[in-house]
Amino acid sequence: MAKLKLKAHHIDRDWCKGCGICVRFCPKHVLQLDDREKAYAAHPEKCIGCRLCEMRCPDLSITVETEEEGEKS
Amino acid sequence: MASVKEYIRERFFPHIWCPGCGHGTVLKSLITAVDQLGLSKNDIVMVSGIGCSSRIAGYVDFHTLHTLHGRALAFATGVKLSKPQLRVMVPMGDGDALAIGGNHFIHAARRNIAMTAIVMNNRIYGMTGGQFSPLSGYGKAATTAPYGNIDHDFDVVQLAKAAGASFVARTTTYHAPQMVEILKQAFTHKGFAVVEILTQCPTYFGRKNKMGEAPDMLEWFKENTTPIGSQAKQKNPSLIERGVFVAEEKAEYCTEYEKVVERAMKGRE
Ligand SMILES: Cc1ncc(C[n+]2csc(CCOP(=O)(O)OP(=O)(O)O)c2C)c(N)n1
Ligand code: SF4
Ligand code: SF4
Ligand code: SF4
Ligand SMILES: [Mg+2]
Repeated sequence: MAKLKLKAHHIDRDWCKGCGICVRFCPKHVLQLDDREKAYAAHPEKCIGCRLCEMRCPDLSITVETEEEGEKS
Repeated sequence: MASVKEYIRERFFPHIWCPGCGHGTVLKSLITAVDQLGLSKNDIVMVSGIGCSSRIAGYVDFHTLHTLHGRALAFATGVKLSKPQLRVMVPMGDGDALAIGGNHFIHAARRNIAMTAIVMNNRIYGMTGGQFSPLSGYGKAATTAPYGNIDHDFDVVQLAKAAGASFVARTTTYHAPQMVEILKQAFTHKGFAVVEILTQCPTYFGRKNKMGEAPDMLEWFKENTTPIGSQAKQKNPSLIERGVFVAEEKAEYCTEYEKVVERAMKGRE
């Protein structure tokens, strides 16, 4: 199977409650809370597309979109 | 995966649960399990009682029943017996399942009626303001135990096993990928399946017991649990085991009931 790489993080700002779970447990420290306590991808280039943030987010606010390495969108 | 939005009633979002409440992660994992199994929304009935946890039934776009505190399994038994072809899921709070609903719980397990009982165990009565539950544990603090709880807790896994459940598993909201795998096994099991999910109530259990914020509570699940039979458990017996404890074949209630009907009808039609 081809390696997956990140295409985009979709974070629903209306649903995010700023709990910080995605921020704390992202293995690559990609995510942060902004000054309104909403999650955003501060370092998207470091993302490995593991989706742990999406799986753990209690507010269903994160979708991680990935594509196969080398694929053009 | 299909979009999560295909499985939820989007008009009720953002949901009502507090920031960091683990019940939302259970919802997400449950949807993921349903999607990965390719189950049809029309074949699923979710029956819940009352509690923060029970509100999960309002958020999924399946057939849903929001019933009485502690009685979800009784309603679910009625649904399953009348429409055994449907897949029945019964998410419950720890108080819901094991305090007021304890009797329904052990008897549903004993009968081995095919449905998935999901115990969303946050060790507290969240909805009503943080009273201790049968799962809070000795020495823990709660609104109704300001000087420390003197009640001992149940071990849900041991209780379910002893009562006769034919599938018994445990996981946590920190271990979301494992939760998805366990729920998939439980949903396809032919018998009474119990899945205990340790989940966080930062608002009451966390605050009363000075466990920090939601991420700190997840850290606790990570540090204090271990896969079944691990070496870590031998070294530190206080660790809580995660995984599938029981998965066995056993005569299922609706199937047996069908046979009784057949025997009774012999020569009468
Ligand atoms: C028959 C009845 N008794 C008591 C209540 C009040 N009540 C509502 S929810 C609840 C307990 C909630 O705790 P739990 O089941 O653990 O769910 P959580 O809110 O923690 O998810 C209680 C006692 C009720 N609604 N109905
Ligand atoms: S886990 Fe979800 S709700 Fe919590 S901060 Fe991240 S995006 Fe927001
Ligand atoms: S997909 Fe993985 S690496 Fe990327 S932001 Fe989410 S948790 Fe971090
Ligand atoms: S009170 Fe506790 S269980 Fe209820 S929504 Fe808030 S965090 Fe969740
Ligand atoms: Mg509870």
